[in-house]
Amino acid sequence: MPPFPVAARTALADQQLRANLGRATTIIREKRLRVTAELPDWELLRLAGAAIKDDVLARLPDLLEQLETEVTAAGGVVHWARDAAEANAIVTRLVREHNSREVIKVKSMATQEIELNAALGQAGIDVWETDLAELIVQLGHDLPSHILVPAIHRNRSEIRDIFRSEMAGAGRAAPPGLTDEPAALAEAARLHLREKFLRAKVAISGGNFAVAETGSVVVVESEGNGRMCLTLPEVLITVLGVEKLVPTWQDLEVFLQLLPRSSTAERMNPYTSIWTGVTPGDGPQQFHLVLLDNGRIGTLADPVGRQALRCIRCSACLNVCPVYERTGGKAYGSVYPGPIGAILTPQLRGINQHPVDEQTASLPFASSLCGACFDACPVRIDIPELLVHLRAKVIDHKHGHPSGERLLMTAAAASFARPGRLATVQRIAGIGARLLTRCGHLRLGGPGWLGAWFRSRDLVPPARESFRAWWRRNHR
Amino acid sequence: MRAALFLTCLDDTLFPGVGKATVTLLERLGVAVDYPAGQTCCGQMHFNSGYRAACMPLVRNFADTFGGYDTVVTTSASCAAMVRRHHRLIDPAANTPQVHELCEFLTDVLNVTDVGARFPHTVALHQTCHSMRLLGIGDRPRRLLSAVRGLELRELDRAAECCGFGGTFSVKNPAVSSAMGSDKADNVLATGAHVLTSVDTSCLMHIGGLLSRRGSGTQIKHLAEILAAT
Repeated sequence: MPPFPVAARTALADQQLRANLGRATTIIREKRLRVTAELPDWELLRLAGAAIKDDVLARLPDLLEQLETEVTAAGGVVHWARDAAEANAIVTRLVREHNSREVIKVKSMATQEIELNAALGQAGIDVWETDLAELIVQLGHDLPSHILVPAIHRNRSEIRDIFRSEMAGAGRAAPPGLTDEPAALAEAARLHLREKFLRAKVAISGGNFAVAETGSVVVVESEGNGRMCLTLPEVLITVLGVEKLVPTWQDLEVFLQLLPRSSTAERMNPYTSIWTGVTPGDGPQQFHLVLLDNGRIGTLADPVGRQALRCIRCSACLNVCPVYERTGGKAYGSVYPGPIGAILTPQLRGINQHPVDEQTASLPFASSLCGACFDACPVRIDIPELLVHLRAKVIDHKHGHPSGERLLMTAAAASFARPGRLATVQRIAGIGARLLTRCGHLRLGGPGWLGAWFRSRDLVPPARESFRAWWRRNHR
Repeated sequence: MRAALFLTCLDDTLFPGVGKATVTLLERLGVAVDYPAGQTCCGQMHFNSGYRAACMPLVRNFADTFGGYDTVVTTSASCAAMVRRHHRLIDPAANTPQVHELCEFLTDVLNVTDVGARFPHTVALHQTCHSMRLLGIGDRPRRLLSAVRGLELRELDRAAECCGFGGTFSVKNPAVSSAMGSDKADNVLATGAHVLTSVDTSCLMHIGGLLSRRGSGTQIKHLAEILAAT
């Protein structure tokens, strides 16, 4: 995957993508503002959400052990996975133990993060995504581009084409004469998925929350596919990031208000499924909970960076981000795109412990620091602050590697260190610019930052006389 | 009343007219303006780009230059936010004074919204991200503009959205920055206003650069230049 600026350039050239994204994000932005404005205590809820998550992070080991005890007592089995490979191995082994060659899935970011579908595929196990948008992505041999709406980059006629050409290869074919009417598309997906719900013996889910005091796991969804997966199969395997805990049911109440209003801009989501271990004669008779680290504990080690672990994956920050709106999610090269991805991905990939690859290092710079994300974040993650914090890590890691940028920044710092030096630079720039100016504006070219600016923008030339020179001439 | 002017490196070098207008405006309102010669830059470019070590001498220089003043006024909301929010974090020992963004100084310290200006033109106001979200200056620029004689304010569509400048973002991610700026320029042109104004020259430099490349005659003026006009 190329670094963000390169990937973004490709994405920007896709007019269809920009139109689809612009339309979708504008609608959801306005809706979110409406439903958050109608709660008089919205800002207090945000503060409570942040405080509860910070408390969880401060005593994570104890709460995780409490969760394990409660899940085990309720008949579930808890597994601990250090990284993606361990988590994938555990899930693959569990599916094989039940002699199943296929699984149905509830939409889950954690399993996307560890690329579970690919791992199961390599083990010869068919994986069926059952969330409508995930189904579209999977049938289109595509990548998700949004946390909540993975197929946000597709419009309905593209979806009709994918259903027509790909559904037959994955199960029940699309009905003949399928149109791009939303109701017709939903009906096609319903018929296609129903066979799989009724047949599958094993389901895999993520979890939005887990309540430590009772060992209960919560999935919040809109379509009812989650409810099917969580109740019909014999075996349920849930992969859960360790930061998904809340201490008590009372704490959960705060998040069940924050999440739907921030994500789908609804007062309440249509389906909230909560289960505690197994219940004889009702629902899956085996429940496995895989607790996933995969960089989270390393993130917890950074006192500034750890606030990213408050994230409840609502994607409000994506929807308000002017950068995301123009590039879409794939340019970020991670299942976590947008502002939250720009701070979460580098940390999960270990930026707090060691230098990261060039693509990962480009992510904290993929922001104009406009701050719209912080305003929208239901758990008050100071994303702009964290972006700048991670930028410093990137620059520190590159220390000792000279670059044009470092040279420029060092030269600028040297000029700014003494007013006399700055005055000299201003005089030289003023003379140089006058020689190059045409029609009152500079139009230059060249490599690096110079070319980057002038490719699309003019610049007024440095003034003949700087303000400081004018002041000295007039006020002494 | 005495006030020290912190002009920002950008205005000093590229837009000295902003500084001159601010001096004119403040002196007209009875403020004795001082321009401490030791000033250079608030360090925001280095800080936001990850060069923290390089930032430290600039933060100290700012405190050394302005520490002795009770009142410091600046023409950049973004730089005001940098000083207010980050200088003490970067150097807890620095004697950083309180800095007022120009609109805040006019409305909150001088308690004036009608500064006696006359500017008979159509004007669009770009609300900058840092003035809104980091300083919370709210409707102060709008209140000041609405008291200017002859001025007709044109409403900007998607006014709260970032113009895409973002400091070094504009050159590290030039394609996205320009795409955001182009959309902003479209909205500016749609107002039909002859002048685009804001409380930060940096945003204006970016939007103005895009407008100029398109051959548009829309002028960019810092709010101080409008308020200084009579």
